[in-house]
Amino acid sequence: MNDLLPLLVAVPILGAALLVVGSRRMSRPVAELAACTVSGGTAGLAIVLLLNSSPPMTEWVGGWTPVNGESVGIVLTGDGPGLGMAALASLLTLAAMVYSWHYFDEPPRRHAGSFPALMLLFQAGMCGFALAGDLFNLFVWFELMSVVAYALTGTRVEDPKVVQGALTFAVVTSLGAYAVLMGIGMLYARTGELALTQIGRGLDAHGGPDALTLAAFVLILTGLLVKSAAVPFHFWLPDAHAVAPTPVCMLLSGVMVELGTYGVWRVYGTVFSGPGGVPDDDFRRVLLVLGVLTAVVGAVMCWYQRHIKRLLACSTVAHTGLFLIGIGVLTPEGDDGVALYVLGHAGVKAALFACTGVLLDRYGSVDERALHGRARELRPVAVMYVIGALALAGLPPFGTALGKAVTEEAVGGPLTVLMVAATVLTAGAVLRVAAGVFFGLGPEPPGSDTYETTGTGEEPETGSRISRVPDTMTAVPAVLLAAALAVGVAPGFAGLVSHGVSESGSGGLVVSAPHWTPHGVLLGLASTLLATGLAALAVTRPALLTAPDWTQSLRRLQSGHVGDYVAWLLVGAVLLGALALPGVTGS
Amino acid sequence: MTAVMHVLPYLVAAWVFLAGCYGLATSRNLIHAVGCLSVCQAATYVLLLGVGYRKDATAPVFSDIRPGSRPVVDPVVQALTLTDVVVGATVTALLLALVVQIAKRHGTVDPDELSELRG
Repeated sequence: MNDLLPLLVAVPILGAALLVVGSRRMSRPVAELAACTVSGGTAGLAIVLLLNSSPPMTEWVGGWTPVNGESVGIVLTGDGPGLGMAALASLLTLAAMVYSWHYFDEPPRRHAGSFPALMLLFQAGMCGFALAGDLFNLFVWFELMSVVAYALTGTRVEDPKVVQGALTFAVVTSLGAYAVLMGIGMLYARTGELALTQIGRGLDAHGGPDALTLAAFVLILTGLLVKSAAVPFHFWLPDAHAVAPTPVCMLLSGVMVELGTYGVWRVYGTVFSGPGGVPDDDFRRVLLVLGVLTAVVGAVMCWYQRHIKRLLACSTVAHTGLFLIGIGVLTPEGDDGVALYVLGHAGVKAALFACTGVLLDRYGSVDERALHGRARELRPVAVMYVIGALALAGLPPFGTALGKAVTEEAVGGPLTVLMVAATVLTAGAVLRVAAGVFFGLGPEPPGSDTYETTGTGEEPETGSRISRVPDTMTAVPAVLLAAALAVGVAPGFAGLVSHGVSESGSGGLVVSAPHWTPHGVLLGLASTLLATGLAALAVTRPALLTAPDWTQSLRRLQSGHVGDYVAWLLVGAVLLGALALPGVTGS
Repeated sequence: MTAVMHVLPYLVAAWVFLAGCYGLATSRNLIHAVGCLSVCQAATYVLLLGVGYRKDATAPVFSDIRPGSRPVVDPVVQALTLTDVVVGATVTALLLALVVQIAKRHGTVDPDELSELRG
């Protein structure tokens, strides 16, 4: 069975290569059908392997197995979380391609295969990253998925905004990737190994942590946190999401950012969690501080956006903070909760982006103020938008609510309050948009501030504005929302997820399967009610919610200037080092 | 003296990386910024090759020497560096293509004058 693991990467790459070669002779429907077949086939394979992933599979590619405990080969790990992320990435790629089916207008004419080929390469990169069992391939797949993401973000290259957003995304993420590689070099110097578990063993054999361990930890975590858009590494994300085509936004927010968080979890669990790595208390401090910061900044930025895609992007930043808090408490329950939360969030956030794409293609704008009351005729989209917003707030029985409830119980205390507050603020902002845009509730918002991205004057992605919404564009968000619902209600699903996570994460420690508790349901309902109340207040009494001055200075930090973002990345790396330092000096 | 020589490659790598970061943060020209990113990446080459260095060792090519007859430098890091070079070429090519587009659409390559995205 483990012989099939490399296919998850090889099949999409082969499909992409064939599409590029045959691009000139293929008509558009043929190219898209071929891409969907390849992507769907890979998704199916990932699910089959996932169902057989207990006990976890390991594949030394090309038969380069370790000799006397020393390895130089490429290793793929097929365990629950890895294959789960690969399956999620594949399914979401398929959804994004069906969404763009036939209506999405890609610029390079007579190259019908180029956009689907890039999507397949993106899928391959994400699958490879999820399955990588050695650090160097983690870096290679990190870079492959990043490079393809830059190209996809810059698809509509004739728009001035697009090239700027794609460039900042590319520079910041690439710098993060090189930081990862520096860290990998240091770990190799210490242990002579590249496979994750072997490095962990090598560090433990060497003794307690020292300056080199700390430096490697900071560098690797910097790169992974850039990918997962933790504050202060997050600045690229709203810019990239504001300019990327809608199907690409679905993938960036739905799964790529979460893969960064997954990378942090994976690398800590296999490399740094032993006695030779970074002590638990210090890692907990790092993740909780960054998680809280990320949740607060993301939620506040989200509330004050008027560009709907940026608003959803900032909500992703806030949710990244919640994921980091969830894995940061270092309990099996926290890991289970985050795994479920990521699955539910992927469906809900991708569905919300898909609905926003309909607005863009129909009205040529993603500006909350310009669209006020204009989308009254789009009833099905309005319903899905409201359901998506409520699911984001944690309305039971959606998967987001189950994941959020389990995570909240795992973190406990004031962090639970923070999690509720962050979801209320982000979901409240989405509900406010829905109320204004689809129902025309509340007064027309007043004129604009000068320092913001508005979202007016966007080009529809369909070439010209669509007069009726194609079925694929409404079916995809509906299916995604149904999937997010299924994560929460499908009997036994939460148990399967928990089993897969605990088998590879907490050393086989078996905990009771996550399930709905009265406490969790009440918290979910309370979040939903509070979010609705906040949105209602924003619609009826907008004067009460004018932006205080400090939020303006927070928004000024999001300057769109690549040099500023690089400086923040360095600040973040220093912060990481300072937070993890006590564990190294203390021993 | 040997201690200094032992640490020197790592100090050089750190210095080159930070110099690249400084250049990126203060850049007034996007082509220069892309170059600075390549400088950061050059630091990873230095580090990797420094890690693989063995004293009095030769290249890990066994066509004319018998395996085990004399020390060779670590071929793994050389393979990593080669992969890294390929990755870097891809990134630089893509970034320069984006800079060309920025020059066309904005009429400038000064990051201070790009103001489409903010807030």
